[in-house]
Amino acid sequence: MTDYVHYTTGEPVLDTKAPSGPIHERWDKRRFEARLVNPANRRKHTVIVVGTGLAGGSAGATLAEQGYHVVQFCYQDSPRRAHSIAAQGGINAAKNYRNDGDSIHRLFYDTVKGGDFRARESNVHRLAQISVEIIDQCVAQGVPFAREYGGLLDTRSFGGVQVSRTFYARGQTGQQLLLGAYQALSRQIAAGNVEMHPRTEMLDLVVVDGRARGIVARDLVTGRIDTYFADAVVLASGGYGNVFYLSTNAMNSNATAVWRAHRRGAYFANPCFTQIHPTCIPRTGDHQSKLTLMSESLRNDGRIWVPKAHGDTRAPNRIPEDERDYYLERIYPSFGNLVPRDIASRAAKNVCDEGRGVGPGGQGVYLDFADAIGRMGRQAVEAKYGNLFDMYQRITDEDPYEVPMRIYPAVHYTMGGLWVDYDLQTTVPGLFAIGEANFSDHGANRLGASALMQGLADGYFVLPATINDYLARNPHQEPVTAEHPVVQEVLAETGDRVNLLLSVGGDRTPDSFHRELGELMWEFCGMARTDAGLRKALERIPQIREEFWRRIKVPGTGEEFNQSLEKANRIVDYLELAELMCLDALHRAESCGGHFREESQTPDGEAARRDDEFGYAAAWEFTGTGTAPTLHREDLVFEYVHPTQRSYA
Amino acid sequence: MKLTLRVWRQRNADAPGAMSTYDVDGISSDMSFLEMLDVLNEQLILSGEDPVAFDHDCREGICGACSLVINGDAHGPERTTTCQLHMRSFRDGDTIDIEPWRAAAFPVIKDLVVDRSAFDRIIQAGGYVTAPTGSAPEAHATPVPKADADFAFEHAECIGCGACVAACPNGAAMLFTSAKVNHLNVLPQGAPERETRVLDMVAQMDAEGFGGCTLTGECATACPKGIPLVSITGMNKEWLRAARRVAKR
Amino acid sequence: MARTMWDSSVGKKTVMAVSGLIMLAYLVVHMIGNLKIYFGAGEFNHYAHWLRTIGEPFMHYEWTLWLIRIVLVVAVAAHATSAYQLSRRDIKARPSAYVHAKPRASYATRTMRWGGIILGLFVVWHVLDLTTGTVHPGRFEHGHPYQNVVGDFSHWYSNVIYIVAMLALGLHVRHGFWSAAQTLGVGSRTRDRALKTLANVLALLLTAGFIAVPVGVMTGVVS
Repeated sequence: MTDYVHYTTGEPVLDTKAPSGPIHERWDKRRFEARLVNPANRRKHTVIVVGTGLAGGSAGATLAEQGYHVVQFCYQDSPRRAHSIAAQGGINAAKNYRNDGDSIHRLFYDTVKGGDFRARESNVHRLAQISVEIIDQCVAQGVPFAREYGGLLDTRSFGGVQVSRTFYARGQTGQQLLLGAYQALSRQIAAGNVEMHPRTEMLDLVVVDGRARGIVARDLVTGRIDTYFADAVVLASGGYGNVFYLSTNAMNSNATAVWRAHRRGAYFANPCFTQIHPTCIPRTGDHQSKLTLMSESLRNDGRIWVPKAHGDTRAPNRIPEDERDYYLERIYPSFGNLVPRDIASRAAKNVCDEGRGVGPGGQGVYLDFADAIGRMGRQAVEAKYGNLFDMYQRITDEDPYEVPMRIYPAVHYTMGGLWVDYDLQTTVPGLFAIGEANFSDHGANRLGASALMQGLADGYFVLPATINDYLARNPHQEPVTAEHPVVQEVLAETGDRVNLLLSVGGDRTPDSFHRELGELMWEFCGMARTDAGLRKALERIPQIREEFWRRIKVPGTGEEFNQSLEKANRIVDYLELAELMCLDALHRAESCGGHFREESQTPDGEAARRDDEFGYAAAWEFTGTGTAPTLHREDLVFEYVHPTQRSYA
Repeated sequence: MKLTLRVWRQRNADAPGAMSTYDVDGISSDMSFLEMLDVLNEQLILSGEDPVAFDHDCREGICGACSLVINGDAHGPERTTTCQLHMRSFRDGDTIDIEPWRAAAFPVIKDLVVDRSAFDRIIQAGGYVTAPTGSAPEAHATPVPKADADFAFEHAECIGCGACVAACPNGAAMLFTSAKVNHLNVLPQGAPERETRVLDMVAQMDAEGFGGCTLTGECATACPKGIPLVSITGMNKEWLRAARRVAKR
Repeated sequence: MARTMWDSSVGKKTVMAVSGLIMLAYLVVHMIGNLKIYFGAGEFNHYAHWLRTIGEPFMHYEWTLWLIRIVLVVAVAAHATSAYQLSRRDIKARPSAYVHAKPRASYATRTMRWGGIILGLFVVWHVLDLTTGTVHPGRFEHGHPYQNVVGDFSHWYSNVIYIVAMLALGLHVRHGFWSAAQTLGVGSRTRDRALKTLANVLALLLTAGFIAVPVGVMTGVVS
């Protein structure tokens, strides 16, 4: 074993902003205690926001409405294309419009339990409280949620819960919510309150005197690398699922912003907590560039099964009822097909590992709508899921109304991210992280329809309230200019890195490295992890990294639109982040949520948590590429939802 | 499959462009069109040539980034986005022409990548509801008839890809603009800004240098999200109503 | 309001639609009047004379006719100017064509521009031919339109010019009428079929009705 497996343990990290007292009063208390910035002074403060997804878009719009000068960035050609747009199923809110026993406390409870007791209670409760306001806000913006004939909002059920609290807009809820935020942002851009930089990618963070004061970013059209300064920096750059190469993330979603921030001092928490989504379209071959999710809402009406017999290659419609194994309904009778994602994914992997998987390579299970069509009629199914069925048919060339869909788990979401306190501030003062970029609310597993809720909660409501406090306490920061020696140094480092990538002139493409890393991560840091496998990955990653810098080939120059350069530059960061993910997975010798260590399972194969040893969030401090990082533990305290073995049976 | 690709190559906005021919082999019919281009690009990088630049991101038909004109059709022969077009729509030995969106308001940045920021400016001109965070009433305070909500949704589905402009012989952005106008103007939340919204958005659309509508219907045929041509009729109606009302004020 | 209209591409299209509909209404009346030629010289010439006396005694002789002419000239001018300006905008908005070009849209849609030019030229010829008599083949007699019409269509080229123009008119009306309905915002999903049918019927009736006159002369039914 190499030294890389080792890490040092530092002081525990404390959430100094977390208020105490009854949980339902904490958010109000924090808001009251937070200092405010006089409206007249707000325009003197500049805030940089990186990313324009649900979190970034809503934060940029809201901060600008409050009067701050916002400078915002996205790598896409328009803020409207951030990957939040691809979220399909819905957004949770504890409105209890169904009178089915829902409440803020139940949403809070479900989320803490769904996250397998690895999230902070205070944060989750705040999220549940705000969920209600989010729906109001979005409706006011003109988001066309699905409605019933009486003109009121419709809801549906999602995995891991027994109430119907998910608001949706057909299979395009993310799109509609994002467009709402984008439109609010557009209004502020037109008003001159937001200075928008599309096709501009953040490459580094500028930290002066211990505070985040700006970023280094590259104009992707001209290739110009420039610095931008502010009084605070907000990262809303999304998750890092693309480390796995194949994931449901957009092709260009990347970890560069968060990883660069981590290198500059922000702790990275729970990097091994990745969510493998159970209902994705199986891959068809080596050419595959990404995986496509089929909304979890399909599990409302679809039934998941595999043949009872091993290696049964009959067409699904020719397998009689009594030779089918509806394994989720069998193992988890009370939640059935609506168990949380981690459980559904692992169950699919298990039946496939047993040799009962279906489709090419046996890497798939059936999601069958025959019963639903029989019960509701084809028209009703079409109205509910039509666009998803169409998408499935386009990709697979199979008609899901006639033949059951084939699905298989795929990397979807990363619960880990930059460590933030209750105020969503990282360990670098003045640097905030919101949405999927932070680690805060989902613990070890995120429930369906909660990502949209968290992104918008952070962006519309939490950050705009908490960033005030930071700015009010630091009203007169020294202006930073490009001439500042620290800035010059960061700028030079960025330029050097780009030049180095261009100068290697090797014989392997960026994609070939990305694919190799992804396969390694999927095998050893995917749905099931073992001590030996993780050690193997930790040995291999530095070797790939070394080979990368020897053999990478990036065509063209840095002073032009160069997509290969963009890719290669992102892979540099994946190659470091992957190592931390494996190390985190190795150190956490327990199973919880999406992190399943084969050594730690119950007799019936469920994830066995070890709360005494691992009841903490692991916040990692960067010490250098390839050198042992430092672990800072944040102990998790559960006063309201007491950790138990999750049971969905 | 073995294919011949004729691809528009243009170094940057100011450089002249031309079609270049490439051969690709070993293409599977399960590949998406963009995965086929990935294969070409891997090949080009290894042979020391500049890979073909094209916009793409989500590859699941929703972000609206991909934007190729394939054999003269925006997004190719199927009614979907380029990323959701699969090679089974082509045959072994085919020659495929790949060009960027063409419109004065969408200048080429490089190869197949165009600048669509004009769309953002149209939205900035009025494609929103003024509802600052925190000001919202309870969501159920105003019921919206299901028919109106569905109508709004069908128009809100627009992904802003620009296929309508690319397909229109006049390079018009009427379908894009009308989709947003119809989405917001039918909802009670959008009503207070109903008139200014349509007037300002149409004015911005004109200012960006898009053409006018001659109702050829090409836009609606090309639209991967099925925004109907009658959407434009709806916007015209809104515009005339707004022009009358504003004149009266 | 006028400024808003003229400055906007949508507003200008409205000007086109309204002026087009005015001309269309006129053409329907004109076509019905033309068919009176089948009832002989007396009735046709009487009808032509009546056109000059509409509105008497309130209106003076030919006042109404001139009023109609003025409205028509304004409509033609508005239609042509907006068409010209909109076309220039359209052409400018698509400066480079696709290398892989494809024929598109329906025949009528594609022929709106040159169809319009043909019709414009035809109107000039038509007025000089049968109103002023300037280019009339043979002898032109004021006040005897029946004889003038028969004289006209006894020449093959008059027939050709006229029939080609009327076919162009049919195509122009077919797309133009439906298009005007969309521009004025009266189209809808449910009404689309009815509007398209109406446009086709109008186009067919106008073309057939107008062409009936030279056909009548050629076949000797009218002489």
